[in-house]
Amino acid sequence: MTATADTTALEFGKSRVRKEDARLITGRSRYTDAITPPGTLHVAIVRSPLAHARITGIDTTEAKRAPGVHGVYTVSDLGADEVGMPCAWPITPDQKAPQRPVLAKDTVHFAGEGVAVVVARSAAEAKDAAELVEVDYDPLDPVLDMEAALAEGATLVHPDLGTNESATWVFDSAEAGTGGSAADAIAAAESDPDQVVVRRRFRQQRLIPAFMEPRSCVVDPTGEQMVIWSATQIPHILRTMTTVTLGIPESKVRVIAPDVGGGFGGKIGVLPEEMMTVLLAQKLGRPVKWTETRSESMLAAHHGRDQIQDITIAARKDGTITALDVKLLADMGAYLGLVGPGVPVLGAFMFNAIYKIPAYRFQDTNVFTTKTLTDAYRGAGRPEATFAIERIMDELAVELGREPLELREQNWIKHEEFPFTTVCGLTYDSGNYEQATARAKELFDYEALRREQAERRERGDKVQLGIGISTFTEMCGLAPSRVLGSLAYGAGGWEAASIRMLATGKVEVITGASAHGQGHETAFSQIVADKLGVPFEDVEILHGDTASSPKGLDTYGSRSLVVGGIAITMAADKVIEKAKKIAAHLLEADEGDIEFNAGQFTVRGTDKGKAIQEIAFAAFMAHDYPEGMEPSLDSDAVYDPENFSFPHGTHLAAMEVDTETGRVNLRHYVCVDDIGNVVNPLIAEGQVHGGLAQGIAQALFEEANYDDQGTLVNGTFVDYTVPSAADLPSFTTEIVSTPATSNPLGVKGVGEAGTIASTPAIVNGVLDAVRHLGVEDIEMPTTSQRVWRAIQEAQGRSTQETPVDTHSPGAGLGSIDPNNPQGEVQ
Amino acid sequence: MIPAKFDYVRPSSVEEAVSALQQGGDDAKILAGGQSLLPVLRLRLAAPSVVIDLGGIAELRQISEDGDRIAIGAMAPHHDVMRDDLVKQHVTLLSQATATVADPQVRHRGTLGGALAHADPAGDLGAVALALDAEFVIAGSSGTRTVPAGEFFVDYFTTAIGEGEILTQVRFPKYTGWSTHYEKFNRTAQAWSMVAVAAALRVEGGSIAEARIGLTNMGTTPIRATGVEQALVGQPATADTVRAAAEHATEGTSAPSDADAAADYREHLARVLTGRAVLAAAG
Amino acid sequence: MAEVRVTVDGVNYADEVEPRMLLVQYLRERLGKTGTLVGCDTSNCGACTVHLNGQSVKSCSVLAVQADGGEVLTIEGLARDGELHPVQKAFNECHGLQCGYCTPGMIMAAVDLLGDNPDPDENEVREGIEGNLCRCTGYQNIVRSVQRAAQMMKPGASAPTETPAPVAGD
Repeated sequence: MTATADTTALEFGKSRVRKEDARLITGRSRYTDAITPPGTLHVAIVRSPLAHARITGIDTTEAKRAPGVHGVYTVSDLGADEVGMPCAWPITPDQKAPQRPVLAKDTVHFAGEGVAVVVARSAAEAKDAAELVEVDYDPLDPVLDMEAALAEGATLVHPDLGTNESATWVFDSAEAGTGGSAADAIAAAESDPDQVVVRRRFRQQRLIPAFMEPRSCVVDPTGEQMVIWSATQIPHILRTMTTVTLGIPESKVRVIAPDVGGGFGGKIGVLPEEMMTVLLAQKLGRPVKWTETRSESMLAAHHGRDQIQDITIAARKDGTITALDVKLLADMGAYLGLVGPGVPVLGAFMFNAIYKIPAYRFQDTNVFTTKTLTDAYRGAGRPEATFAIERIMDELAVELGREPLELREQNWIKHEEFPFTTVCGLTYDSGNYEQATARAKELFDYEALRREQAERRERGDKVQLGIGISTFTEMCGLAPSRVLGSLAYGAGGWEAASIRMLATGKVEVITGASAHGQGHETAFSQIVADKLGVPFEDVEILHGDTASSPKGLDTYGSRSLVVGGIAITMAADKVIEKAKKIAAHLLEADEGDIEFNAGQFTVRGTDKGKAIQEIAFAAFMAHDYPEGMEPSLDSDAVYDPENFSFPHGTHLAAMEVDTETGRVNLRHYVCVDDIGNVVNPLIAEGQVHGGLAQGIAQALFEEANYDDQGTLVNGTFVDYTVPSAADLPSFTTEIVSTPATSNPLGVKGVGEAGTIASTPAIVNGVLDAVRHLGVEDIEMPTTSQRVWRAIQEAQGRSTQETPVDTHSPGAGLGSIDPNNPQGEVQ
Repeated sequence: MIPAKFDYVRPSSVEEAVSALQQGGDDAKILAGGQSLLPVLRLRLAAPSVVIDLGGIAELRQISEDGDRIAIGAMAPHHDVMRDDLVKQHVTLLSQATATVADPQVRHRGTLGGALAHADPAGDLGAVALALDAEFVIAGSSGTRTVPAGEFFVDYFTTAIGEGEILTQVRFPKYTGWSTHYEKFNRTAQAWSMVAVAAALRVEGGSIAEARIGLTNMGTTPIRATGVEQALVGQPATADTVRAAAEHATEGTSAPSDADAAADYREHLARVLTGRAVLAAAG
Repeated sequence: MAEVRVTVDGVNYADEVEPRMLLVQYLRERLGKTGTLVGCDTSNCGACTVHLNGQSVKSCSVLAVQADGGEVLTIEGLARDGELHPVQKAFNECHGLQCGYCTPGMIMAAVDLLGDNPDPDENEVREGIEGNLCRCTGYQNIVRSVQRAAQMMKPGASAPTETPAPVAGD
């Protein structure tokens, strides 16, 4: 056998088209709902229409009699009264955590919470019977506003906890020894005529991750290992947590995440619905399937963001920042999700961003309300932090009369200052903010747009132009296990990989990362092809099935490449190490004289050599191999990162605002991201595009609104306005690379960058377009009505209140209010 | 996602359909293109006992010239209406507005008659039919009757179509050579109109000889902006005269308030968009 | 129950179905055509887009019985004789998909769009696929894919130029 790899062309850095596409573009996909083992029964969940109510009776008599029904169950009928969903992140030792049941027991805590479940032969019959389940409720007051929830005498979401405050987490750089006292510095600034103090309150609205594939779970209890297929980002964690939650031995559970249709953090939960499906399958001894509808998903799948941010920044009049203080209220919703409490804490280290801030204090209070729980959504904590700092940098620039980019540059860490330890104690290994910014300004034609802006203002044009800036960084590659330990997170942050060299020279790579759109199969194949010197096509990536990939911590927090990719690299090094011994043996040379390059083991100074495929075959035959060695090249590795990685970039948005109607138009968006070395530019660019769209959607389009009864009023795709192609422009994206020094590939992670950076760029741009009219702030999303109203108010014209809690035109369907359907339909 | 059970009939003539509707009683629903009905059924916001599919009646899809009218079968899909040469030539405004309805897939199935009979005030075609004085041909057990647009839209989701009756045709007078524009304002491309304005003008010798203006989503029915029309007639289509005329846009409206737009904002939009629609029509 | 006779991806079927069965359920549950996906319940996402009698439709918004006597083309019938349709190829080449969930509907919508307008500009592409939601790509590479496909499908281009018609027994 001989190697066929082209030794001159490295895979690393090549824009390979994706190998996973072949099945996805032809409909050969296997998303969970497509899996229907023989005899599968179907689930329909009866969900509470009320946010907060005591359940006074559940009558299942009629439903049980309905055709095709195998059973109708309450939580007690399932024997699951004591079962609670896991929360893996107690951010403080005294964190209050209510039991989160499989189905509500005697009280429902948010609209959409499951109350009973029907199992039937078909999904249609299950739904028909679910409509026959009669539930009597005794309504309780909803708890909707975080500040009111914390006030004395507030209605308690969980009376047994005695408070609606789950936990308060504080970081103070003075106490940590990483900086000065922000409180002292701000107090000093207030009495110092040479300093300014700027205070702002920002609202991070509630968002819905809105992955395209609704969640689904199929459990087959037949056979020795129970098989759970789930549309999840975290098959390995789900397996362990099924054991923790239900007591089923981990060795008796196999979890498969087949093709998964997006996640964005929205699929990192361990779900009541998953545990319920397991319980039902056990009880009935048959495969059971639960697939949610989109409307169900909007109500019951976890939401994201939802913070109130009180930000105080102090600076000298020359622009030098002297202190930053952050106080957050974070809405947890009715229960704590798997990592929900830690999401604001993940942001704690990013408010200081790229700036040299000498004193910093951060305080986060997590609050219970009777709303859908919140948890990770793309960026998880870091978009919130980036928004707040980038918004207040613009506010500070206005206060000081400074050019906002110059003010940023004055305060940011210069490229020659890396590695740099921040006021949070994190060490940024590398970066070059000057480079990214210079390139972004050039691509954007910053100066020309500033001129156009001035001209439009001068002329009093109907359509005004604003320039939005966001110079962001993020921490990626979650995470060093020791850091997670110090934050009381309930797991490590390592990732596992294995490489199997097959007899015929093909390579199977097993990763604990679990892709749901990221293109792991392609990118990881490129890394392995280079490392082992084998053709790209000869590498197969196995993932998302605990039977083939038994060990892993899955995919979130831009960690797959930065942690999982390094584990693969380390496993490949071990393969080479083993192969080198066999090569030396077969070539009758000293191991020290064996060189490995592009798939060939050669004896230094000779033309003798063997390809890695030949060594793999020799190991398989095992006729002749070194004493004291196992005849195998297969290798495992677990990589635990030493540090986070810190991608950064400069994003610039040209925003047009029609001052007559308030309509906002994103005219041009430029971003230059420094994500370190890039394995596959095509895939990296795609990640940036998608991230931008989601971040822009937060700024312009999306918000989950509740009415005063705690009902989600825009719980469909009609009224929760996810942008379509017609709502977005093409972006100008470019990648520059300052390699990370914290990992051997020099990579940084890219999955969340676009989302983290873009939201403040857009909002800064909108404000920049209308600030001269007297507008100081506009809440997100900056809808046309909000922009128009802000202008009216700034001009001293009073307007009506904006009723955010009523249904939209088209709510549900056209003007039909789903809660009050009326009229004729043809 | 799965509708409740219903019976299904697919009559092959209008007579059969009327008879099926009368047998079906209150619980019967007419299925035209189904692009509004099926979502309602999927969410179980309605549970008819019988669904009467007009898809088997070929004549209801026809678009034809009938003297000084363009007669459009109620089952003509939006896609056909917006591309039909007769419609483009003589009822340009309808073609323009139809092109803004929903998306290509929905326009392939959704029908002119279905949309108008649905009578959602946020729907785009009612304002056009009203502004252009369309006539609605309605079939019942005792034959057909014709209702003018001014009487067709009665209330929120309510039209002059009586029990046991079916809309079979919509007849538009010809507006050959008129200048037209449909100005739609929505939150995202997929969203329904927050406000929209349908404008048709006959311009003669540099001034507006006739004007027809319809408003979408400014009340419980489509609304004819007669005050604007009167103010425009005899005026040149300049920015100033049009803006002044557009100030009348909210007369007789009762704008709804919702999350996207409270009434005062809608009223403001109606004035601004009316001005833009007229100026765009006038070119 | 009602009878439905329909041709799907070139195969004739005759089935008894409940009148309430949606075309997409019929395709997935009765015919095993799980390549066509369901992403919402309000006709917004377009993941279920197929061609019915040569036009793109959302198969969640058509009853199976309404397809009686018709011809349906799904993503699974788009490639012919092992040759991918140019739109499928272009989506791969331009990285027009990530998680793949919107992809079948997006491709079927794009094929219809190009049948209508063989050389769309960027805005025409964006408006032509406004009935299909994607949460991964930001649409930019989808737009590129559709425009690339348009180039490939131009007469004289090296790639196959014909849109396969949904013809029975083809």
